[in-house]
Amino acid sequence: MLRDIWTTLMGFLHAFGGMCLFFARLVRYTPQVVFKRFSLVVYQVYNAGALSLVVIMISGLFVGGVLGLLAYSSLERFNAEDTTGIFAGLGLVKGIGPVFTALLFAGRAGTALTSEIGLMKATDQLSAMEMMAVDPLRYVVVPRFLGGVVAMPLLTAIFTSIGLLGSHLVAVEQFGVDVGSYWQQMQNIMDIDDVYEGITKSVVFGVVASLVAVWEGYNSAPTAEGVGRATTRTVVVTSIAVLFFNYMITAIYI
Amino acid sequence: MLHAIDVNDFCYATRAFGAIPGPSRSSFNTWSRNLSDTLIEIRDVDFSRGDRTIFRNLSLTIERGDVTAIMGPSGTGKTTLLQLITRQLTPDRGQILVDGINVAALNQAELYRLRQRFGVLFQNGALLTDMSVFENVAFPIREHTRLPDSLIRHVVLTKLHAVGLRGAAQLMPAQLSGGMARRVALARAIAMDPDVLLYDEPFVGLDPISMGVIVKLVGQISDALDITSIVVSHDVHDVSAVADYCYVIADGGVVAAGTPAELDAESSELVNQFMHGLPDGPVGFHYDAPDYREQLFGAEKD
Repeated sequence: MLRDIWTTLMGFLHAFGGMCLFFARLVRYTPQVVFKRFSLVVYQVYNAGALSLVVIMISGLFVGGVLGLLAYSSLERFNAEDTTGIFAGLGLVKGIGPVFTALLFAGRAGTALTSEIGLMKATDQLSAMEMMAVDPLRYVVVPRFLGGVVAMPLLTAIFTSIGLLGSHLVAVEQFGVDVGSYWQQMQNIMDIDDVYEGITKSVVFGVVASLVAVWEGYNSAPTAEGVGRATTRTVVVTSIAVLFFNYMITAIYI
Repeated sequence: MLHAIDVNDFCYATRAFGAIPGPSRSSFNTWSRNLSDTLIEIRDVDFSRGDRTIFRNLSLTIERGDVTAIMGPSGTGKTTLLQLITRQLTPDRGQILVDGINVAALNQAELYRLRQRFGVLFQNGALLTDMSVFENVAFPIREHTRLPDSLIRHVVLTKLHAVGLRGAAQLMPAQLSGGMARRVALARAIAMDPDVLLYDEPFVGLDPISMGVIVKLVGQISDALDITSIVVSHDVHDVSAVADYCYVIADGGVVAAGTPAELDAESSELVNQFMHGLPDGPVGFHYDAPDYREQLFGAEKD
């Protein structure tokens, strides 16, 4: 029993250390990739960002709607329904927006990144690049990592905006909350630190989600089963890491 | 239709362009078929995967300009040997020298410079699936040179013409048959005019026509480009048709070496079994297992 726990702990530390070193290499290669292979980064921003837009926008609309419903139904009991906008705004900007976007990103773009890199490995494409004296880290991994890092804050901003619109539709259009109160209260209560918190989270989540996705793909076993397992691990590890960092960053800002 | 003139044409074309800078060409320029000198030397190499020993004290040499075949039964480490030569793997002991350079001692930049002198044909082609045939062949040229697009286009079309697939330049890898993918991979492998071409099981899984084309290309490209070729294969008949020299690898080392004719006349049981495809011999039909009768009925006795 103790030996199992020890083995698991050592395995975790080994993987964590490996991921930290991998991250350091990605950061080291980043300036070179940005200057020499900028078009690859732009393509990956499109790949991870633009192709996730539909799922992000639809989810944002419904999440904002639910937030509006819950906030209105709770605040109505205290005759404070005019403050619905505050709850929707603070909730979306500070926590729900970045977290939901990161979780959706892990499910849509993260899994795509992992399986793409894993399949390239399984079909010897990465080995072929190495044999052509082209470093797959610089050509394949870093552009995908940067694409995710850049795309995440943009997707979070879109998710949050659409979420606010969804909340507005429910509170103002459905339940008749005054439109002026809805937006004015939000504007009065929220300050720039709340926005910074959301931006910080989206950047950290972007780094974490993209790092986990490319790490899992790059280190997957070169078999169909190995790629499948790596894809699953991407979602699981990213979800746990995002929730953990969400708590930590929230605690820091409070 | 594949003509020898195709290959000569594209050699002339690429040389005439003086197109491709990059790795040192000194060895290439001084090469001569009459001058027998060693390009790759494997010295006393040990290599294991986990508890399993793949090579023990393996030593062999690859002569410059030759087509050298590495043959042997499945699982004896032929592909591993290629991976050791290109330092995808590192030996546990011993040295691998390429043109006198110990590949294990190179840093990444030096290793990549050395690898620019290699062209590798992978067993499955390993084409980059998100690029067209043209872009696959252009890939190493774009990565290692600053040639204008018009010149890259000429070089790529010339290479594709040499393997008979100029007309397939705009196809995607998913649209190619296995044989075509192998030929595109060959065009990509020679895109940088390498000094050494390594073929990993180039004949596996091909129909007779595609196999004939690949066999012919291996011989023609080696002759026309003055390339040193290493062909890993267990296809005795086809590889013998193009090889100048053969090594048979088994039991962690070289069990026989010589020209195809010499190996054909080899009296060793193992080589005889391998060369003539006998189902039983030193390489047994059965994988190591406990006594058959005891395994079947032993449990019942207990």
